[in-house]
Amino acid sequence: MNDASINASPSQTGTAQPQDAGFADFFALLKPRVMSLVVFTALVGLLAAPMSVHPVVGFTAILFIAIGGGASGALNMWWDADIDRVMKRTHKRPIPSGRITEGEAFGFGMALSAISVVMLGLATNLVAAGLLAFTIFFYVVIYSMWLKRWTPQNIVIGGAAGAFPPMIGWAAVTGTVSIESVLMFLLIFVWTPPHFWALALFMKSDYDEAGVPMLTSTHGRRATRNHILAYTLLLVPVSFALLFTSIGGPAYLIAAVLLNALFLRGAWRIWRRDEVVAEGDKYATEKKVFKHSLYYLFGLFTAILIDAALRSAGVIASGGFGFWSF
Amino acid sequence: MAFFRKSHEMHDRRFSRNLGLGIVLAAFVALVFGLTVAKVSQEEFAVPETEKGVGYDE
Repeated sequence: MNDASINASPSQTGTAQPQDAGFADFFALLKPRVMSLVVFTALVGLLAAPMSVHPVVGFTAILFIAIGGGASGALNMWWDADIDRVMKRTHKRPIPSGRITEGEAFGFGMALSAISVVMLGLATNLVAAGLLAFTIFFYVVIYSMWLKRWTPQNIVIGGAAGAFPPMIGWAAVTGTVSIESVLMFLLIFVWTPPHFWALALFMKSDYDEAGVPMLTSTHGRRATRNHILAYTLLLVPVSFALLFTSIGGPAYLIAAVLLNALFLRGAWRIWRRDEVVAEGDKYATEKKVFKHSLYYLFGLFTAILIDAALRSAGVIASGGFGFWSF
Repeated sequence: MAFFRKSHEMHDRRFSRNLGLGIVLAAFVALVFGLTVAKVSQEEFAVPETEKGVGYDE
């Protein structure tokens, strides 16, 4: 029995009873783990904004930003069902396992996309709704349909889709795009490549088998290690730039110093290693850096939240270090 | 005679899906109601001119 037969749906094998999708299967289409990052970063964007909104409006905004992100995940699964059937990491998803048809996933994703954009627009403003609509379009059309199977730089440009939520959260309150929200966007945008390529280094077979052009396959693993270091070096000034805006504060300063030092050390270690050493310890460093990269983003956004709380409590002056406030 | 008609096997299979959808729809109604209350309670809320009919009292 090969992988294909294990992964075949009941209707393909003809031996099992028809399997109806449960509620949990439709929920899984929304990529709940990715959604948790969307919720968190959007919430930080919303709470760090210089104005405030009614709690019900804020809750509605976060909910529909999350649903919009989930909808784009469902549309991504619809488009990438063929890839998901091949990859070990994804072959149990609702479509490849036969619990949900591709048509159902498409309809579900489109309906939720429309509902989330309309509801965000009604609850907050058209800028936030427009940004959410663009994010869904970017993730599904630009990333999934165009870049993912075409260029090994897919993750660099496609990472923009995951970087929009704090900007949308900020826009939901202020109705504008400002230097703070642009820098929060850039922080996630520049963070995504080293984060994802660290994963690609130790999950190599999955992407190769699916025929997705990852940097590890097209340019080699040495080049991937170089890219991880280069993007991490670029991430440092981007993350420190936020310090000099109205949302910068002491918590962010401490977090930025510590987390950048840790991430840089990890990227440096990845760069210094070669495949022989990495395979010797089963990619222990790469796995550690991947985990640290999650702490990095979570830590910096938590620090923004702490500074926002300190500011609203009057412990620190509003406007942050604010060199760039305009 | 049974009080309730025995449900079709399909209904059993789809129970979690139908229950989940029902809860989501009820939550959506509650959310829209809550959002409406929050919106009209805000200070900047103003009744549109077209809605101010005869006898409208500021």
